[in-house]
This record gives sequence, structure tokens and C-alpha cells, in this order.
Amino acid sequence: MLFLLLLLISFVLTIQSHSYHKSKVISSANFLTGGVYEKINDISEYFHLEDRNNELIVENARLKMLLFNQKDTTKLPDIDTIKGVKKINIIVSKVIHNSYSSHENYLTLNSGSKQGIKTDMGVVNDLGIIGIVEKVSANFATVQSILNMNSRINAKLKKSNHFGTLTWDGKNTGFAQLIDIPRLSTARRGDTIVTGGQSDIFPENIGIGTIEKVYIQEETNYYVLDIRLFNDMTNIGHVYIIKSKDREEILKIENDTKKNE
Amino acid sequence: MNSAVLLNIARFILLLAAQVLIFNNINFFGYLNPYPYVLFIILYPVNGNKSGLLLASFLLGIIMDMFCNSGGVHSIASITLAYLRPTFFKFSFGVSYEYQTVKINDKLTPERFSFILISVLTHHLILFILETFRLNFFFNIVIQTIFSTVFTIVISVLIIYLFKPSKR
Repeated sequence: MLFLLLLLISFVLTIQSHSYHKSKVISSANFLTGGVYEKINDISEYFHLEDRNNELIVENARLKMLLFNQKDTTKLPDIDTIKGVKKINIIVSKVIHNSYSSHENYLTLNSGSKQGIKTDMGVVNDLGIIGIVEKVSANFATVQSILNMNSRINAKLKKSNHFGTLTWDGKNTGFAQLIDIPRLSTARRGDTIVTGGQSDIFPENIGIGTIEKVYIQEETNYYVLDIRLFNDMTNIGHVYIIKSKDREEILKIENDTKKNE
Repeated sequence: MNSAVLLNIARFILLLAAQVLIFNNINFFGYLNPYPYVLFIILYPVNGNKSGLLLASFLLGIIMDMFCNSGGVHSIASITLAYLRPTFFKFSFGVSYEYQTVKINDKLTPERFSFILISVLTHHLILFILETFRLNFFFNIVIQTIFSTVFTIVISVLIIYLFKPSKR
């Protein structure tokens, strides 16, 4: 009897964890596991200091380049000049645990609702996107990595604006798949893939990766693209969490529209 | 509190700590991890309290699930193994295992090895089937189960030999 009861409880937890768009009950965003992972990370981050320094140097160089070439570039972030308020706020956080060996991978961050993190915020670093915040506690948060077979992120070809959905086939940590790209598009090996503007989670034009292989899915006759990710998902240190001021308004208006139908 | 209970609590904490701190970070070939925390269920006293084992396995599994962000996968695998353990004992040591003084925590004999093998194999098969949860990955599940089982057994046997109380 006890066995059946416990089995039932764990089955409910398992099914829930596999269903898309449902936050899990059991996650590493809690006092015990978050605390342990933070302690481990305190030690292990010293082994990656060189990598982190290099990342910062590269990003500094890129930002300097933007700064010195200001007149020529169109890549400056959009600033809402009318209200004098930036549309997008950025929270800096640190990855204290990173999994990449299973089919549904998650990261744990060392900041939570106290720092203003909420569910469904986008997570990026200097190279490109990392994932989407899934569950938040007071001091910790879990992030659904792009290396998660449940992950669906709107993305597009940088040069031609053809939209598709970024997924992962669970095979290689260096590659993700972009599906549902129309056959009309002229996708070539080496083209850059960035986030699309249809998502209210990520701002437009955040880097994802470059096309490695183009092939046609037989069932749907759409292109499937293998994307070589800019990020090495097995080695991630500091990340930025994107807090879009427009998101709540967009969600509200979308919900109102659905209700009226 | 007798020493057997204390020993089991210590084993629970130490194996869990070792699993989270060391073995979850091995990622051999990028995805292979051993799960020697199942040793807790395997080494639990033969005549120990069965409900106690079930509850302890559930707790063990759910903590593993928290650390791995995996829902209830480890708990299902652990309680199933705990539930099936008497059957496996019967399979490996014969019907009258309860009357003999069966000890797993000792030199490796064919009986003990077969018991560890069948336990770890069952646990890992359930674990990977539920973790993947997709039928089109069946081949991957089988491969992952076989390699991880070998990996876990090697580590487990090493742990047993390391901590075997010396009699001489």
C-alpha cells in the first residue's frame, strides 16, 4: 500500500515535469539544493576564472568597438526616449549549477525574486541566449536551458527575417535545431541565426548561432536547420536576465483579446 | 538508537553527498553518469523494516530529483527497486534467503554480483525510460542504461571494497 502511494506521488511529479508549460513542484530552486549548489560553485568558479576573464575582455572589446563607431552602427539598443525609461532592464546573475547530460536540462541561478526575477524571463550572456526562467524562489531560480527538448523559442534568419522555432533534438550539446523555416528562404551554411521579434521574452537580434546543415523535413516539407550554438552550453558563468517592461502589458492585452472572443 | 540505524543514516547522507558533489559531475562522454547512491537501497539490512526502506528510498529519490531538476524520476526508480528487492534476493540467493545471514557488504561472490547487477539494471532502466519519456529514443535509452549500469557497478564495487570492515 505504502509503495503504491509513494509510486503515485512520484508519478504525478514525473508527468508534471514532462508536460510543457507547467512549472515543477520539485526543483533545485529551494533553500537546500540552492544552498548546496552555491557552496559548490564558490569553490569551482575559481577553476574557470581564466575563461570568465577572457569572455569579459572580448565583450569589452566589442562594446568599445560599438562606442567608437557610434555613428555608423544601427545595433544600439532601442531606448524609449519619450518616457525617458528604458524598455528593458537587465539583472546580472551567476549560474551555480548547470546540467547538460540529460534530455531536459536546467540551470540554477543564485538570484531569485528578491532581485526581481520572475518566471518566463529570458536569460542570455555575452555570446547569446541561454534559456528561459522556469521557477523562482526567494534567493534562487531555475532556468530551462535551450538544451531542453521542451524548449521552444522564436528565432529567425538574420539576413532574411524568415521565422522558425528553435528546438533541441537531445543529441549534441553544441547544436540546436531551427524548425519550420519555409522553403522559400535562402538559408545557407554559415548564416547567422538570431532571436525573432515575435517573442515577448527575448528582445530581437540576440545571437543564437550559425547554420551548420540545412535539410528538409519529409513530413512537413519545411527546412530544418542544424545550428552551431555561439555558447558553449557546458561552460557558463555569469548571465544576464532580461526584464522586459512591455511583457506584462502585451500579456494583458492578449488575454483580454481572447476573453472577448 | 542502535548502531544499524545510525550506520544507515550515515550511509544515506554520505552516498547522497558523494552523488551530488562528485558523481553527478562526471559526465563521461558528455552524458554518462554513475549513480552509486542506489547502494543505500542495496546495502540496507536484509531483515530491516520494509516500510522504513520504502520511505527512506522515497526521500533519497526526491532529494536526488531536487538536485537534478528531474521531477519524480529518481523517486520512482528508487522505490521500485526498494519494493522489488525481496524478489531479487530470492532470485540471487535462493528461496530461504531470510534464514541465512545474507550480507551484500562483503567479498564479491557470483550471488552477490548477480544481485547488484539485477538491482542496478532495474533501477537504471526505469530511471532512463522515465527521464527520456519518448519512445523514439528507445535505442538511446538501452545504450545509456547498459553503459551507466556498468559504470555504476564498477564504482559501487569499489566503494564496497573501500569501506568493507576488516575482519582480520
